[in-house]
Amino acid sequence: MISPANVRRNTPQRYRMEAGKCASCGKVFFPPRVVCPCGSRKFKAYTLPSEGKVVAWTVIRTAPRGFSDEAPYGMGIVELSDGTRLLCQIADCEPERLKVGLPVTLEFRKVQEAGESGVIAYGYKAVPER
Amino acid sequence: MRDVAIIGIGMTDFGEHWNDSLRDLFVKAALAAIDDAGVDRVDSLVVGSMTPGLFTGQEHLGSLLADYLGQGPIPGTRVESACASGGLALRVGFLEVASGASDVVLVGGVEKMTDVSGAQATYALATAADQDMEVFHGVTFPGLYAMIATAHMHRYGTKREDLARVAVKNHDNGLLNPHAQYRMKITVDQVVNAVKVADPLTVLDCSPITDGAAAAVLCPLEMAKKMRLKKAPVRIAASAHATDTIALHQREDITFLKSTYEAAQKAYKMAGVKVSDIDFAEVHDCFTIAEICVLEALGVVKKGQGGKATRDGLTARDGRFPVNPSGGLKSKGHPVGATGVAQAHEIVTQLRGEAGARQLKGVKRGLAQNMGGSGGSAVVHILEVL
Amino acid sequence: MAGIVGYGAYIPRYRIQVEEIAKVWGADAQSMKKGLMLREKSVPGPDQDTITIAVEAAKNALRRAGIDAKKIGAVYVGSESHPYAVKPTGTTVAEVIGAVNDCHCADLEFACKAGSEGMFLAYALVKSGEVEYALGIGADTSQGAPGDALEYSTAAGGAAFLMGTKNVVAEVECQYSFMSDTPDFWRREYMHYPRHGGRFTGDMAYFKHVRGGVEGVLKKAGATVKDFRYVVFHQPNGKFPMKMAKELGFTDEQMKTGLLVPTLGNTYSGASPLGLSAILDEAKPGDRILMCSFGSGAGSDAFIFHCTKNLPKVQGKAKKTRDYLDRNPVYVDYGTYVKFRRKIRKNVED
Repeated sequence: MISPANVRRNTPQRYRMEAGKCASCGKVFFPPRVVCPCGSRKFKAYTLPSEGKVVAWTVIRTAPRGFSDEAPYGMGIVELSDGTRLLCQIADCEPERLKVGLPVTLEFRKVQEAGESGVIAYGYKAVPER
Repeated sequence: MRDVAIIGIGMTDFGEHWNDSLRDLFVKAALAAIDDAGVDRVDSLVVGSMTPGLFTGQEHLGSLLADYLGQGPIPGTRVESACASGGLALRVGFLEVASGASDVVLVGGVEKMTDVSGAQATYALATAADQDMEVFHGVTFPGLYAMIATAHMHRYGTKREDLARVAVKNHDNGLLNPHAQYRMKITVDQVVNAVKVADPLTVLDCSPITDGAAAAVLCPLEMAKKMRLKKAPVRIAASAHATDTIALHQREDITFLKSTYEAAQKAYKMAGVKVSDIDFAEVHDCFTIAEICVLEALGVVKKGQGGKATRDGLTARDGRFPVNPSGGLKSKGHPVGATGVAQAHEIVTQLRGEAGARQLKGVKRGLAQNMGGSGGSAVVHILEVL
Repeated sequence: MAGIVGYGAYIPRYRIQVEEIAKVWGADAQSMKKGLMLREKSVPGPDQDTITIAVEAAKNALRRAGIDAKKIGAVYVGSESHPYAVKPTGTTVAEVIGAVNDCHCADLEFACKAGSEGMFLAYALVKSGEVEYALGIGADTSQGAPGDALEYSTAAGGAAFLMGTKNVVAEVECQYSFMSDTPDFWRREYMHYPRHGGRFTGDMAYFKHVRGGVEGVLKKAGATVKDFRYVVFHQPNGKFPMKMAKELGFTDEQMKTGLLVPTLGNTYSGASPLGLSAILDEAKPGDRILMCSFGSGAGSDAFIFHCTKNLPKVQGKAKKTRDYLDRNPVYVDYGTYVKFRRKIRKNVED
């Protein structure tokens, strides 16, 4: 969904990796939450690190609408150095290199666009060392 | 809470029904269930459908279908929990009867998926995932389950062939199910070498796009005992529902289906049984890896052992714990909202001894596990003969 | 004294070789390579554009500068391939690095010298005391028309320079710009590819303006060619800057480090800025650097930088230009190249 409002709202997370850390139990939420499962409603601003490793991966070959030009592309669940996990594409990575444990760094990339005349949605992708 | 029984079941064939609209499918299945129960009127209707709006542009199903069944002005409720919508409809119907709010309730599930293009269908199904954190990045449902698979294979040594065996077994079963969409045998080799959708999953690891509906009539057990029914009522011994993060990467353990575990634990407690008291199950094999993980979450095998158990034939029709004698979602088809109710349909059919060539011998208690998204929700029912 | 407090580069990983392009259009690869003095060029991936390149370069510049991005008062990105015709590249850069909300921004356009003009504006704002820090970035994902000579060289990459007055790593000792209205290379609104005046783009454009810029800055600074350890000119191919160097009296040794075009191609607004960042990666305190960009239309921005003792402290704090340029590139064939660069006409997805 790339409505202008949706793109703008997600900017702090997709551009600056802004997350929230529960002031009570220390759990990190990305995106930030209003209430923690521990019951607390107080959170501290927290920025995610950009280094991590792949803990699950796949290669998307049948792509959803809007991504067919990029297929096949790697996707993975990345566990960042602070333990937080996120899901994103794994870019600039030959399919044979994909494996659990692959070290990656998050880079700023185009993720989607609403057609040739629509808004471009940028965000993070995981990139292995060259 | 009153004891609840299923007194009638019905379903359409599952497949591509170009000549049947959503309401046509639902009415077919519902009338079959109403006739099977031998009732004229129901007090309430609960229908599960994941996204009739995105597939057909139609919402407001509770009223539409109550009217088309000729049952107006009864209350009609549409429930949704992604692919667990059918199971949830069964649960909500159960609660209506158990609580005393209604006596005779028709529960049903329906999905009409073939009016839209494959791309639109994929988009509609993706609404079960986290839009901002998962779908935005270009992941698909096969992709999410493929990630569960690569993690499971890495951690537990589950083999590619173990996944394929789930599809092979379910097709062996579906071959014998006249309602099934794909009634053909397949081999491990065929599964492994089919067109890749999201590594390592191929198109034969994935349940299909399907049209279909299934329905059941519920009433208090005590009332059923007093009715002159054609078929023996089946008791709903347990009904349970649990949630988890819908985003896969936010799970505690991405290889463990916690919502299924939680729902199953509640169900075993409610029914006063252990997993070893369950004779067979209909589970949510939306993708082959899902069935393997569900075995572990239900406690049929230890964590990580689902692949090996499949390999060893534990879940075959002649195994110690048959799973998906109907053919599962893989072979029977997966009209999303209908699946949960179709699982109950199979269990009742087996408990009645009416499953023909795929009949499991001497079964008295079956479990239905219906799951939403990549495990964000799970609904578990335990049905038993009286 | 005002100058560079942090610098950073970014070059995409993909490359295409001259041979790949030549074989499709029936050209003589060896003579292309010899004539252009370039072997291969960088290709942006389908998920990369001027904005993503500018952002990563800016992040590297910030890693070296080590300052709070909130102190940045202006962000200028010069490019001829801004992703939007209306909606700036600079605002996305500012948003990502956290320079928002009190920050000046506007995008710049002047063919291949938009980036160096951005560097000048950033420097001048800081020097005047109007802002504490300012970013000037040159980045491009330039397109060449299929089958045209430019297709061999139009490449992707960018470099960012954070200007300030504290802990400067390379002072701006002198700046001079030489500009005229010369139609050597242009693209009309709504046209997909640029056009150029063929051989007219040599003497009347590139050479006239680079010469003008260099001679002007030397005169203004009272400097001679011997004062510079490193020299970098705009590099549309390898031939032009080396010919210019020879005419002006600069040695191969002075030109060597900043000449990236043989394996990078022409990164347009990123060209001389990337050459500069490659130089800064290895320069020592006391070294003087002469940079002169060129942008068609036409003009040149010349800078004299003087490296300070702070430079060695920051060089290792981010990936070096040559890391991006040389390490394990991925070569693509022409089909993949045109697919990445969207030169293929497809049905619109509904």
